[in-house]
Amino acid sequence: MSLPRRDFLKGIIATSGVMALGTILIPEILMAKEWPKDAFYAEKVEDVLLKLFEDADPAKSNQIIIEAPEIAENGAVVPIEVTAPFTNVDSITIIGDQNPTPLIAQFNFADNTEAWIKTRIKLGKTSNVVAVVKAEGKFYIAQRHVKVTIGGCGG
Amino acid sequence: MAKSTIRLQAKLKDNITQIKALIKHPMEIGTRRDLKTGKLIPAHFIQELTCTHEGKIVMSANWGSGIAMNPYFAFRFKGGAIGETVILAWKDNLGKKGARKVAIKKSRR
Repeated sequence: MSLPRRDFLKGIIATSGVMALGTILIPEILMAKEWPKDAFYAEKVEDVLLKLFEDADPAKSNQIIIEAPEIAENGAVVPIEVTAPFTNVDSITIIGDQNPTPLIAQFNFADNTEAWIKTRIKLGKTSNVVAVVKAEGKFYIAQRHVKVTIGGCGG
Repeated sequence: MAKSTIRLQAKLKDNITQIKALIKHPMEIGTRRDLKTGKLIPAHFIQELTCTHEGKIVMSANWGSGIAMNPYFAFRFKGGAIGETVILAWKDNLGKKGARKVAIKKSRR
């Protein structure tokens, strides 16, 4: 069954009343990885890369596939999908190069997790969505241009 | 007891489990102003996220406020079996936490 998006969204409203959190134990170790504050507060893409990957110089790759709308009418919700066809991908980092703080997210994968992520991001204005992939100690970078008609960062 | 604000699906097909999640969260960037009062709306966004399968981390993430409001994401991992447990947990910049547990189901697609 392919769950229509509308129903999926409705689900939140429908279930939020009855689905109690209960006693799900969250082992502290899961939350132990420190949030990279310096990288998230950095205002330039170069600084984000420096804070996250130090002196690694990501190689431009046309193998990374970034799917995003060519024109995003609403920058507040831009669907993107990144596929990295490398083996043993450790992480996919997503950056919006024109955002006031460009670093959007870093997804880390286990060995059995596929190098694919789909999410929705904010873009303040027309930007390049940049993806940095870490695989077997090497770094790869790719970007995709997205034209934004209404910015999504407010202010 | 807190209400769950996470919609989580774990579906198995051809030995691959696909996770889809939707979390109710404002993801406030901290630079927007309240239209009525003109005051800054404080930053409030999910920073850390972890997804485990049978107690083993399959995906963890660090987020900034650039993830859209009411975050949605999907990813896949190899393996998984019907009935096994997947837990998604998040923590935001104000220290609030949320979690949701689901059992893997067979994909009907």
